[in-house]
Amino acid sequence: MSAEFERDGTAWISASTGTRWVPVIGLEVHAQLATQSKLFCACEVRFGAPPNTLTCPICTGQPGTLPVLNATAVELAVRVALAVGAEVAAESKFDRKNYFYCDIPKNFQISQFDRPYCTGGGIQLPSGRFVRLTRIHIEEDAGKAIHDRGDETLVDLNRAGVALIESVSEADMESPEEAVEYLEALKEIIRYVGAGEADMEKGQLRCDVNVSVRPQGEPWRTKVEIKNLNSFRNAREALEYEIPRQIEAYESGDETRFPRQETRLFDVRAGVTRTMRSKEGASDYRYFAEPDLPPLALSESFVERQRGLLCELPEARRRRYREELGLSEYDARVLTAVREVADWFEAAARLSGRPKETANWIANDVLGGLADPKIEATSIDELPLKPFDLAELIALVAEGTLHSTGAREVMGEMLRTGAAPRALVAERGLEQVEDEGRLEVWCREALEGREQVVADVRAGRIKALGAAVGPVMKASAGKANPRRVREILLRIIGEDE
Amino acid sequence: MSVAAAPDATALRASILTGERSCAQVVDGALAAIEARDGELSAFLSVEREAARERAARLDERHAAGETCGPLFGVPVAIKANMCMEGVVTSCGSRMLANYRAPYTATFVQRLLDAGAIVVGVTNMDEFAMGSSSENSAFGPTHNPWDVARAPGGSSSGSAAAVAAHMVPLALGSDTGGSVRQPAALCGVHGFKPTYGRISRYGLIAFGSSLDQVGPLARSVRDLERVLGVLSGHDPLDSTSLPLPPVEPERPEHPERLDGLRLGVPAEYLGDDLDDGVRRSVEAALECLVELGCERVDIDLPHTLHAIPTYYVVATAEASSNLARFDGVGFGARGEGDGSLQGMFSATRDAAFGDEVKRRILLGTFVLSEGYHDAWYGRALRVRTLLRRDFEHAFEEVDVICGPTSPTTAFPLGERVDDPLAMYRSDRLTVPTSLAGLPALSLPCGLAADEGGAPLPVGLQVIGPALADARVLRVAAAFEASTDHHERSPEGAGSER
Repeated sequence: MSAEFERDGTAWISASTGTRWVPVIGLEVHAQLATQSKLFCACEVRFGAPPNTLTCPICTGQPGTLPVLNATAVELAVRVALAVGAEVAAESKFDRKNYFYCDIPKNFQISQFDRPYCTGGGIQLPSGRFVRLTRIHIEEDAGKAIHDRGDETLVDLNRAGVALIESVSEADMESPEEAVEYLEALKEIIRYVGAGEADMEKGQLRCDVNVSVRPQGEPWRTKVEIKNLNSFRNAREALEYEIPRQIEAYESGDETRFPRQETRLFDVRAGVTRTMRSKEGASDYRYFAEPDLPPLALSESFVERQRGLLCELPEARRRRYREELGLSEYDARVLTAVREVADWFEAAARLSGRPKETANWIANDVLGGLADPKIEATSIDELPLKPFDLAELIALVAEGTLHSTGAREVMGEMLRTGAAPRALVAERGLEQVEDEGRLEVWCREALEGREQVVADVRAGRIKALGAAVGPVMKASAGKANPRRVREILLRIIGEDE
Repeated sequence: MSVAAAPDATALRASILTGERSCAQVVDGALAAIEARDGELSAFLSVEREAARERAARLDERHAAGETCGPLFGVPVAIKANMCMEGVVTSCGSRMLANYRAPYTATFVQRLLDAGAIVVGVTNMDEFAMGSSSENSAFGPTHNPWDVARAPGGSSSGSAAAVAAHMVPLALGSDTGGSVRQPAALCGVHGFKPTYGRISRYGLIAFGSSLDQVGPLARSVRDLERVLGVLSGHDPLDSTSLPLPPVEPERPEHPERLDGLRLGVPAEYLGDDLDDGVRRSVEAALECLVELGCERVDIDLPHTLHAIPTYYVVATAEASSNLARFDGVGFGARGEGDGSLQGMFSATRDAAFGDEVKRRILLGTFVLSEGYHDAWYGRALRVRTLLRRDFEHAFEEVDVICGPTSPTTAFPLGERVDDPLAMYRSDRLTVPTSLAGLPALSLPCGLAADEGGAPLPVGLQVIGPALADARVLRVAAAFEASTDHHERSPEGAGSER
């Protein structure tokens, strides 16, 4: 885009006209549910299997087959609905969305049209805005058409029939940043309630964006849909291209250039959006109630059972960590980014009774261990190190048995082997030396020939004491308790005065 | 016409169990009858000679070994060409599936096999069950065994003709708007459409999913009852199958009497448009039922007139979606077109669907289209509710409803083929119960001669409220026991023994 815009809050201020343009953004997000089998048949759901190996007569659309709804998919979908404070319908229904394409074996998709299982609710963004949700519905995924094999188009139906939820937001967002925040928050919620992995790289989270612009305070204008954005970055970049494109079009005054209702695709390489189809070419999906499935009736007890399975959501956890445990916003964010980490932290903090130290150890060492290629663990739960052992280590430090240098060494070993800290400390002789007699001998030796230290300390420059602490630690092979060493050094210097 | 004493399925099985016949002999008899008559009638699209003989031999071994014999042990059965049986060509009477071998077996076919039945062949039908005469089969029409110049009715044309011509004692049909009952009436055999949901549809290639129901064709009421006991009962693979056990027959103290039974006779079913011969036979049948103890109650089903238009909106809407999967991608015929995907879809469907199927797909696509959806499909659903209420109100006052199955006897082949509306009206007495999902049975109630023509069978339709399948069977059994209409067979039948 050639024109320059200054951004002020959510407004894009045109350099030429001075108009304050505000984007209006709504998102439609498809998320794969973490079911073992597909939505309407027993086929396994797995990423990366050889093409067409996870299929059966039902998900390949063989004539005469019928769908049977996967109960787990409904449970997971309901948990997401409850987590966003939405209303779960006592009765909803499935509909057929009819269109022809080679990756959709029946040439219709079973979805929910006018009576979705979930309406309302919303998501609080960290930056402050509350984004309302219009609805969430359950539907089946399509297969994959592969076009880059010469003249042939190949079709892989492994994904056909996989359970999805589609969340539709209200057009409550006003910036690309908010859109990304919303996506991150939604992803976090889906992962937290165990409804899905929401891994965009595996196509488990896909998003379409609806965007229009308007001069601040004016009514909404024509919206444009941008389809199939498969990363947060794509979503942001597509909006960062599309918003000024629309503003420029309006500012040109040329009505033929004004945004019209259409679907555009984001070209990742070129970083631009392009017209895919206009409203006139829009599909008529000829929705009607799926006659092969009875209405979906969800009893109050079923919904309450799912509510009972919900854990505390990240935003609420962060607030509690800050307010009740005294953690910094940064630590709270680090610990809550992944549900397993937060659960692990809480277990360790409960055992140690020292949440701040626990948080430091996790942020500085434990999560680092996860990144260490020598430690084969993809999640914190797979580490050899368990919360109980971290709590033990913290206790050893607190009671003075272990000093921090020794503790770090022990932690390294614990991460690799899962050994118990007390045994490690004993094995390696890392207990701090508390014996007054031995400490005093080392201290006196350290002061010998360091008259300058003695003089400086006597002159009130306590900092100089460090030059004597070092040799003591060295003499004790790091086992001396540095706090005790300082006390003894000060006493000796005082005595001789 | 001859009065034949060919055994029904129940008698055949009994004679196998007593050792009077072997399964092999029974199958050979059926194959010989097919050989003798099918050149003229074209009831079968394929005959599974070797498989049937092999299975008969195995069943004889099992019998000799003293194994328990299922309720259809050794009974030769024909299945309609829209019923899936693994490895067998399931063409639906269409060029589209001319070479399609089903990759799985329908639940109801499996239940037949588990009961000891022997599938001897696949019968002709109007393409995708759309038609009332067999003339829409891509493989040529079936001829009525009573007069080969006449239509056998449809769409379960071959199944009705095969039973009428004594090629098999039992065949399966499917009934969407009358496709079991109307050919049963026109061929002078028994045909039963149970309550919607009684028999699993898993493996029945769909036409109108909310209407389709598998139904048996036989030569005795007791055979229908026996087959229903085998086929009915919940199937987890069909979410619309009723969560009920198999149908249990009523066992009244005096099965030959119907004392106190309130017999509803709808004025709309005995209008001026009936053939005189049909009217005479049906009136005589109603008198007979009164003699058996029924109390005749004249009733109104005021929305009957709207049944045909309603049906042709609902059924075609569902069909347009159900048949969308035949696109040349995954199975069935494939056309080339212009090399594009849409081009291939068009070329495939243009070449491989017949005119009537195309007509109904277009009609169904239209009634679901944006802007027309509510005026057509939406309104049809509302009228369907009214039709259902007609029956509910009627059944507050009566126990069963009786009337003709078809307004005419078998009509000449070619007579209605160029007049779709006349063909559609052939089903006007069977369509209302289909829309209401009610159990309805057709059984022979006499012969009527056209002016100067040969005598042709007339069918009496017995309709019950939802789930009263056993009551319908009991009324039919009492009627059958007091008359000999069911013993009349066309010339040339009876060689199956």
